[in-house]
Amino acid sequence: MTLSGPILIIDDEVQIRRLLEITLSANGYKISEASTAKEGINLAASIDPVLIILDLGLPDIDGLEVIKKLREWYQKPILILSVRSSEDDIIKALDNGANDYLTKPFRTGELLARIRVAIRLGQEIADKPCLTFGNIVIDLASHVVRKNDEIVKLTSTEYSLLALLSKNEGRVLTHQYILKEVWGMGYIDQTQYLRVFIAQLRKKIEDDPSKPRLLNTESGIGYRFGS
Amino acid sequence: MYPEINRPDPDSLLASLINDEEKSRRGKLKIFFGMCAGVGKTYTMLQAAHAEKLKGNDIVIGYVETHNRKETADLVEGFEHIQRKSSEYKSITVHEMDLDSIIARKPGIILVDELAHTNAPGSRHIKRYQDVLEILENGINVYTTLNVQHLESRSETVAQITGVIVRETLPDEIFENADEVELVDLTPEELLQRLSEGKVYTAERSREAIENFFRKGNITALREMALRIVADRVDKQLHDYMQHNRIRGPWKSGMHLLVAIDYNQHSSRLLRWAKNFSYSLGAHIQALYIETAHNLTARERVQLDRNIKLAKQLGIDVRIKTNNDVVKAIIDFAQKENITHIIVGKPRYSNLYSLLKLGNFVNRLLRYSGNIDVYILGSDIQSKDKMRGKVSLPPFTSGFKQYISVFLFVTLTSVGFYLVKDFIGYQIVSFGLLFLVSILAIFYGTGPILLAALLSAVIWDYFFIPPQFTLHIGRPEDLLMLMMFFIIAILNGILTSRLRRQEIKTRIREERTNALYQLTKDLSTISGYDEVTRIAETYIKKYFQLDCVILIKNEDNQLEIQSHAGSDTLLTENEMSVAGWVFKHSVKAGRNTDTLPSGTFTFYPLQGNSGNMGVIAVQQPSVFTHGEELFWDTFLSQITGKYEREFLRDTARRAYLISESEKLYKTLFNSISHELRIPVATIMGATDTLLAQDYKEDIRKKLYNEINTASIRLNRLIENLLNMSRLETGRITPHPDWCDVHDLANSVTESLANELNPFKMSVIIPANMPLVQIDFGLMEQVLHNLILNATQHSQPGSQIRVKFFYDNGYLNIQVMDRGTGFVVSELPAVFNKFYRGKDAKAGGTGLGLSIVKGFVKAHKGTVVAENRKNGGALFTIKIPVNISDPDSIKKTDE
Repeated sequence: MTLSGPILIIDDEVQIRRLLEITLSANGYKISEASTAKEGINLAASIDPVLIILDLGLPDIDGLEVIKKLREWYQKPILILSVRSSEDDIIKALDNGANDYLTKPFRTGELLARIRVAIRLGQEIADKPCLTFGNIVIDLASHVVRKNDEIVKLTSTEYSLLALLSKNEGRVLTHQYILKEVWGMGYIDQTQYLRVFIAQLRKKIEDDPSKPRLLNTESGIGYRFGS
Repeated sequence: MYPEINRPDPDSLLASLINDEEKSRRGKLKIFFGMCAGVGKTYTMLQAAHAEKLKGNDIVIGYVETHNRKETADLVEGFEHIQRKSSEYKSITVHEMDLDSIIARKPGIILVDELAHTNAPGSRHIKRYQDVLEILENGINVYTTLNVQHLESRSETVAQITGVIVRETLPDEIFENADEVELVDLTPEELLQRLSEGKVYTAERSREAIENFFRKGNITALREMALRIVADRVDKQLHDYMQHNRIRGPWKSGMHLLVAIDYNQHSSRLLRWAKNFSYSLGAHIQALYIETAHNLTARERVQLDRNIKLAKQLGIDVRIKTNNDVVKAIIDFAQKENITHIIVGKPRYSNLYSLLKLGNFVNRLLRYSGNIDVYILGSDIQSKDKMRGKVSLPPFTSGFKQYISVFLFVTLTSVGFYLVKDFIGYQIVSFGLLFLVSILAIFYGTGPILLAALLSAVIWDYFFIPPQFTLHIGRPEDLLMLMMFFIIAILNGILTSRLRRQEIKTRIREERTNALYQLTKDLSTISGYDEVTRIAETYIKKYFQLDCVILIKNEDNQLEIQSHAGSDTLLTENEMSVAGWVFKHSVKAGRNTDTLPSGTFTFYPLQGNSGNMGVIAVQQPSVFTHGEELFWDTFLSQITGKYEREFLRDTARRAYLISESEKLYKTLFNSISHELRIPVATIMGATDTLLAQDYKEDIRKKLYNEINTASIRLNRLIENLLNMSRLETGRITPHPDWCDVHDLANSVTESLANELNPFKMSVIIPANMPLVQIDFGLMEQVLHNLILNATQHSQPGSQIRVKFFYDNGYLNIQVMDRGTGFVVSELPAVFNKFYRGKDAKAGGTGLGLSIVKGFVKAHKGTVVAENRKNGGALFTIKIPVNISDPDSIKKTDE
């Protein structure tokens, strides 16, 4: 793994920091820790972490504010790890610029997977002309999608939706974001469009549409492509 | 055996009695009463105060005017003063008694001079006696002074005797209700002596005063009046006492006076006379106003209001009846109320018509009154009123336009008749015109009808009766017919328009009754303060054309503005304090009232059965007429009643919630503590073992698994508790969004993958299943709990099925297992909090299904549990949902 810097953990709970440190170090990551938002923001500026794991319930500044402040200059992934589990909080965090979220209590396996995806995405910002996910190949240059080397017939909306999701592989995209990008500002509340088109796409792309592998639902929040 | 009667503890009973007494404790009012200025009322009051002070009473001066008289000024020494409040009024500084400081100081006795004083504009009350009433209400005793000429019922007589019109008057009621009256008397000679010695006014002013007001004759008359009033009072007290001890029933003589008033200035004299009369007879007195079809002019309405107000000030109850026959109405009322004396004013004759009519009035009253005495009072008022004196029956209130249109109708119809007159003959034409006049009478007022009658008579005469085109009438039959035509037309018109006015009055009444009915109906179907406020505002706007602000008390007895979107009327801080005052004192205040009349709002208390609910503020351009006020009061009491019910319901609900959450709290301690300890014990034990010794790989793995299971169990418990508390506090409001039930099933089966591993799980969703609008998060929890429940009650290897389908507006979700099912007798309890089936595996909390029920209910849906035919449990959820039209969505994609 080619890592340029450490992972910064901003969390006021000592036990969580300790658990994360043990788990992440054991998996080969370098770790920096901060227990308050101010400390975390300062540290982030000085060490330029490869990823930040952020708790929303910090004692000094609200987590949503912290994301905003960090995003003023920090480009790399921010992963939210919080006990706040309401959909509203999560959507707000994502809208403010967080890349992903996990609620406490969490599975360390899941956390490691998310970190891997986030870091990889962070490093692969450059546009690739062709994306491959198992038996699915998406040719972004020629707008052609192949499954098992056979061309899948997609309508233009279906294609736009698939392209948007696949380009953000592993990242949660909120309903509003997807609707805005694919349909436009005026459709921001038309979640039924999204549901219908996702169902159609699943039928065309997934091996078993009832157990989707690529087009995953994040309950009440949005969709995540792959992983 | 009789059950023991629950007897109250004597001590607590006594305590509550004392408490009641404390509450109802009102200050005592003592009036030092004199015939005129200079008799030494203030002096006597101060002397009395000194005597009380020696007895150890706490005495404070609120307002005493010494008029620079030395003896008086000396007596003022040694008392605590409440600083007068100064305020600016039109750039003049005025000093008034500081009411609030007095109430805050709460002395035993407060001295307040000149009870009939009128306060400076901008004060809370117009009159000082109102200040005094408020002080009394706060349990403070008051000493005050008063002259006879200031009594409302005497002011006129005084004006007649002395020629001085007294502006500062006091309702008799205040005097009558005083706890003590002390007469301060002086012979006229002594008074004149004091005056000339300059003890009352300065020498120059004394001379002036002696010449004008203090003539010996005047003083003697005033003295007699004062003495008589006090004597009457003593008399009445004696009578009251005797009666109190012997006879039940309020009046010694059993005499009941009825004074009939109307909208004339004359009535005020009638009322004063009647009051004096009742006072000396010791008789009960009521006033009666008969509303007839007569349309009151603005001036008459104002005078009527003034009369009614005067009656109230004199302590006379006013009743209002509607009847076109005044005599019948008076007699009916008198008989029903056991009236013994009827007092009416002598009718004034201003023209032949009213002479006939009013003469008739007196005659009929005398004829029908039977054993009731009738007093007819002469009128001595040479009022301007008489100059105006047109007692025309129906007034001319029609607009100019009405005359024009009547004119046009008659002319056009006549032209029509003129064209066909050769076919029908001129006599038929008269019937046609008569018919027209009658028809017009339905739509127009008296004036236009008179015009129509006159005009049609002239037209008929001129154009139709031979010889045509002259006013001359050839045949006597025609002349007779013309006269009859004219009379019938006029009678017809007048009668119809009178009927119409009566009908309008009835209609207004009907409308009001209807409005009240509608209001009651609307109020009964709604709930919540917001809704009540909305209805109240709508109705007040509709029926009174008034914008209002409603303030309702909260649990802390503070007023809160109730407003809903759309009303933007706001109150200033000052107005809020007026509202607070009204709320505290249950008296209306603000514009058009006696209290705090400056400002744009009038504030009415919302008086409920168990105290004030709040205050309503309206921007009322003019005073309500009596009818409107009655309507308004009824309106308010309906609205208040509803607010009160809402308030009580809220209180009950809060109490219920508190008791419920206490119950939950207790159960938590009893049952949940156990559930919490087990996983914690497992984790602690397992980690202890792991830390203590190096075990073999397979043993370590087993212990790790135990820790894992325990923490999952702990996590589930926490989730359930959090959801339960959200439900308990009523904070669950679903946010429905479009949902593909495939996603729902997927998400739940994935999160329960481990638990479902040993089972055969199948999800059945029809191919044409539409999208449905539900709260994904809540329904996910519902399905999660149901499926988890199924895994806990069935054997590994058995089948669990989840079936979704849409049917006629409802989303149906069925969860089926092949487990043990339910014990039939326990079926109703399945969804109860902390209910656990007998065979349930360890690890449940009994909360899962009650959360299911709560969340489904939040979706306005139902959930039913039953046993399946071949064994196992079946849960059926039905939720009303909107569904999407998939075709229309696909069409958006070309």
